[in-house]
Amino acid sequence: MTSLLAAAPAAEIAQASGGVLGLSWLMIALPLAGAAILLVGGRRTNSFGHLLGTAMSLASFVVAVLAFFELLGRTAEQRRVGVELFDFIPAGQLDVKMGLLIDPLSISFALLITGVGSLIHIYSIGYMSHDPDRRRFFSYLNLFVAAMLLLVLADNYVGLYIGWEGVGLASYLLIGFWQFKPSAAVAAKKAFIVNRVGDFGLAIGIFTLFATFGTVAYGPIFEHADKASTGILTAVGLLLLLGACGKSAQLPLQSWLLDAMEGPTPVSALIHAATMVTAGVYLITRSNPIFDGAPTAQLAVAIVGAATLLAGAIIGCAKDDIKKALAGSTMSQIGYMMLAAGLGPAGYAIAIAHLITHGFFKAGMFLGAGSVMHAMNDDVNMRKYGGLRKVMPITFITFGLGYLAIIGFPGFAGYFTKDLIIEAAFGQEGVRGYLLGGAALLGAAITAFYMSRLMFMTFFGEKRWDKDAHPHESPPVMTWPLILLAIGSVGGGAFLVLGDRFIHFLEPVVGKPENHHGFNPVAPVGLITLVLVAAGVALAWVMYGRRPVPVEAPRGSFLTVFARRDLYGDAINESLLMRPGQWLTRFAVFFDNRGVDGLVNGLAAGVGGTSGRLRRLQTGFARSYALSMFFGAAIVAGALLLVGNL
Amino acid sequence: MPWLPILIAVPAVGALGVSLLPKGSDKLAKQLTLAVSLVVLALTIAMATQFSAGSKERFQFAQTYDWIPAFGVHFGVGVDGIALVLIALSVILVPIVVLASWHDTDASPDGHAEARPKRSTKTYFALILALEAMMIGVFAATDVFLFYVFFEAMLIPMYFMIGSYGGPQRSYAAVKFLLYSLFGGLLMLVAVIATYVFQAVPQGGEKSFLFTELIGRIQDPATQKWLFLGFFIAFAVKAPLVPFHTWLPDAAAQAPAGAAVLLVGVLDKVGTYGMLRFCLELFPDAAKFFTPLVLVLSVVGIVYGAIVAIGQTDMKRLIAYTSISHFGFIALGVFAMTSDGGAGATLYMVNHGFSTGALFLIVGMLIWRRGSQFISDYGGVQKIAPLLAGAFLIAGLSGLALPGLSSFVSEFLVLIGSYTVYPVYAIIATLGVILAAIYILWMYQRTMNGPTAESVKGMADLNIREKWVVAPLLVLIIGLGFYPKPLLDVINPAVKQTLSTVGVSDPAPKVPAAAEQKGAGQ
Repeated sequence: MTSLLAAAPAAEIAQASGGVLGLSWLMIALPLAGAAILLVGGRRTNSFGHLLGTAMSLASFVVAVLAFFELLGRTAEQRRVGVELFDFIPAGQLDVKMGLLIDPLSISFALLITGVGSLIHIYSIGYMSHDPDRRRFFSYLNLFVAAMLLLVLADNYVGLYIGWEGVGLASYLLIGFWQFKPSAAVAAKKAFIVNRVGDFGLAIGIFTLFATFGTVAYGPIFEHADKASTGILTAVGLLLLLGACGKSAQLPLQSWLLDAMEGPTPVSALIHAATMVTAGVYLITRSNPIFDGAPTAQLAVAIVGAATLLAGAIIGCAKDDIKKALAGSTMSQIGYMMLAAGLGPAGYAIAIAHLITHGFFKAGMFLGAGSVMHAMNDDVNMRKYGGLRKVMPITFITFGLGYLAIIGFPGFAGYFTKDLIIEAAFGQEGVRGYLLGGAALLGAAITAFYMSRLMFMTFFGEKRWDKDAHPHESPPVMTWPLILLAIGSVGGGAFLVLGDRFIHFLEPVVGKPENHHGFNPVAPVGLITLVLVAAGVALAWVMYGRRPVPVEAPRGSFLTVFARRDLYGDAINESLLMRPGQWLTRFAVFFDNRGVDGLVNGLAAGVGGTSGRLRRLQTGFARSYALSMFFGAAIVAGALLLVGNL
Repeated sequence: MPWLPILIAVPAVGALGVSLLPKGSDKLAKQLTLAVSLVVLALTIAMATQFSAGSKERFQFAQTYDWIPAFGVHFGVGVDGIALVLIALSVILVPIVVLASWHDTDASPDGHAEARPKRSTKTYFALILALEAMMIGVFAATDVFLFYVFFEAMLIPMYFMIGSYGGPQRSYAAVKFLLYSLFGGLLMLVAVIATYVFQAVPQGGEKSFLFTELIGRIQDPATQKWLFLGFFIAFAVKAPLVPFHTWLPDAAAQAPAGAAVLLVGVLDKVGTYGMLRFCLELFPDAAKFFTPLVLVLSVVGIVYGAIVAIGQTDMKRLIAYTSISHFGFIALGVFAMTSDGGAGATLYMVNHGFSTGALFLIVGMLIWRRGSQFISDYGGVQKIAPLLAGAFLIAGLSGLALPGLSSFVSEFLVLIGSYTVYPVYAIIATLGVILAAIYILWMYQRTMNGPTAESVKGMADLNIREKWVVAPLLVLIIGLGFYPKPLLDVINPAVKQTLSTVGVSDPAPKVPAAAEQKGAGQ
């Protein structure tokens, strides 16, 4: 019975009539207007651009909060509300009507995006205060918020796709914000292109949905999903997974995320940690009626998640660049979410819960890293940090709370959400459960290790600063967002998980999880996790806390080099795709110039007798053209006369 | 009101007037050309407001005058939704091109690699207007012979625009353009005459060149196939599809930017328009027979054009190759023979004109400043000329079909419309989406990003005239990206009409969910 209930979304979509929900398009329109004003207004808006951008994001947050409360005021069955906007693509068979779907899943994302987004806008006022292009930065941030909200609020796959590529554009523009740095320009382009590989999958997934159901709207597709064959659902599921892998930096499309750290740090916090990179998890959770009918695709999601959570964690262990260590961690944490989403109804709500707590603690730690870099002349090398806890107490404490959250220290946010994922993975049947659960468990130990390493290298131990470094605490405009995010890192998990509050909230979208018994603080799996986490912390203490950290990185073992080089992801891409691609391009250009063109020129020359004839034709050809036109006309007339008489 | 004859006559008379201006009145020639082209635009808008999308007539504003009664040749004009949007594309691009070409006949400024003398201004602008008259004529023609006349006549002004006003290799490029086009034109001429000859005249009817009368009159399967090939090859050279494409990169690279816009933006569309209008409706069975061949050419063109584009070192050649890739999409949409594919292909013709037009013009502005078409001669322009770089990026993103910009809608429609009937071809075509990101962003990175190159230091950003050139195109690109409905509403009935003549209907979805949506919404 329960599994039947879980398979179908419980509530039908009702149309909004007035109220805040009817105005929820303002969430997207306000930041979009902000971006447009700042981009079109140009230098004239330099003086107030950062304030306008922040105000638009905050206004969007206010709308989201009001919409959230209006949704809460409804009964659970009525919490899926459609908002019709306009006729977008009325073609023959395809008829895309643009509309929004406000439901517990989309509103959770909207609150995260606008809430964390606004904090990061505020932080950026301080962080970017010396940048001559600050106005442009805020216009791109606003563009991102608008696109991300469209991605999660749209009521159809085309709308999602527009937002999906829109956030890709914002990500491209912001990674390459300091585009005069060649490394930033290259990283931005790489991110876009790798994402397009994922988008290729997403696009074909959408085509298949349309070919199967004759529509791209969520409502009718999900309602009829169970009538489609397993083969089609599996194909769609795998294609959507490819899209998710691109956007969420999951294996094998992970390589762009580490390079994306070229962008300004608030971008890393907002786009490449808290929101955009989690879009893949959203896509899979949103498409739950499809995945529920495609167990193979579901398993693939879980395997990708499990593999990436380990890969990201291993990369995180070897990076000396604080942002790249955090980026590896982001990959890993999203791997947890994907793993959970691949578990089906048992995992959707947990995946999103972890996504939200991760949004808080990872954004907080990225902004904390930005605060540290701000203090250390933009140096990102942790080997040159050390002992910063005394000079930057607020950054240290807020970062430390985020650290406790991510390693799953009892009571902190990650403790609740990550433990649930590990437990749910072990809850799978047979060997599958042990493998997925084992990966998640091992990942927790490694997470504890690399995050402790990062803490020790940055905030503890000897000062290893450059001579001209004079670290200082950041201004209040930067520390207040840190404090607010830290509060979420402490209490977010307990708030969402205890009493199954969030699981019940999401039920109208993803159904009831099977065999769920609420959070159990003394479950055996949880206790083993705690032991392993403690072991990870202890190992890091031995290696980086007790011993002094060398300023120059040691050569390291094979495993360290393997991790430092991002598990040879770039090397594989280079030898499998880029090099052959370059050869193919060169050959195609050569072939086109010599082969196709040469053949045609040769034919023309052959017809004309010699190739010299062709060259002679080039001079004074115009006059003879008039003559040939005349002859042509004469031939036509003659032919017509002839046939006319037949 | 005889809208279409007036639309053809105004630029034709304007061309004559401009060419008769006394020597030394260059500025007046330009102003007059601009004024005439704006009048044509205004007239077209006025005509479009009278157009009724729901009309039962095959062609609206139809005017038919006898021309050569002995052979059933008429001066017949009229438009359906497809022709209307293509005429709109043409008359919108012309004033923009005129404004963009303001200094293209001047002597090249100091510091350019190739010193070019001043050339006749009034001739160049008169040629633009003459071309405009023919472009309107070719899309409006409802008589196959008249279509052929415009189809061939268009070559002449374009030949002179490339051959006399182009880059260093202009005469090679112009002759190559002419030879290819003449070859295609000759085939079509034969096919046009044969169509006349072999039509099956119903009782009491007469032989005719009128399109509406020719429909259904070629019934013999073998004849259909031969005639189809005659038309199709002519159009495939024009569009151009691989392997008939090698004239385009040379022509587009050597033509002045404005002429390149009209060449790639409008003239080449006559090829894809011809496929949709003549190949499909006059020879429906042959079209179905040859569909697999055309689909192969299309997807090969999409992927091949994009790969060759990635390897280009010359910006104008690069854009020309991207267009070859895009024409593959259009042909794919046409020959998918679904309502979505057809609407997408038609919309693609319009959107491609705007986005590739913008790219050519902006690249032209870069070249005007620096005197080089080579990517390697630029770098870090964004820092110096942010507006130019921003416009370049938006036009480029439309070229790679970014959602929210106009090209996305048409590319998506083409792909989804072809996927429902030919999934394998559509999947290969979708690879073009990835390749497009590579060729556009790599070009953008090398020209606009990175440290500012010595050679571009001191480069000026867009001036007022250039802003007026770029702004309307960007507004159209963004506007049609979010709200393509006005165009689609006009295009859809015409595409449906075409497909019903061909006798095809869309495949039904396996699990029809959309139909129930309306019922379930209550």
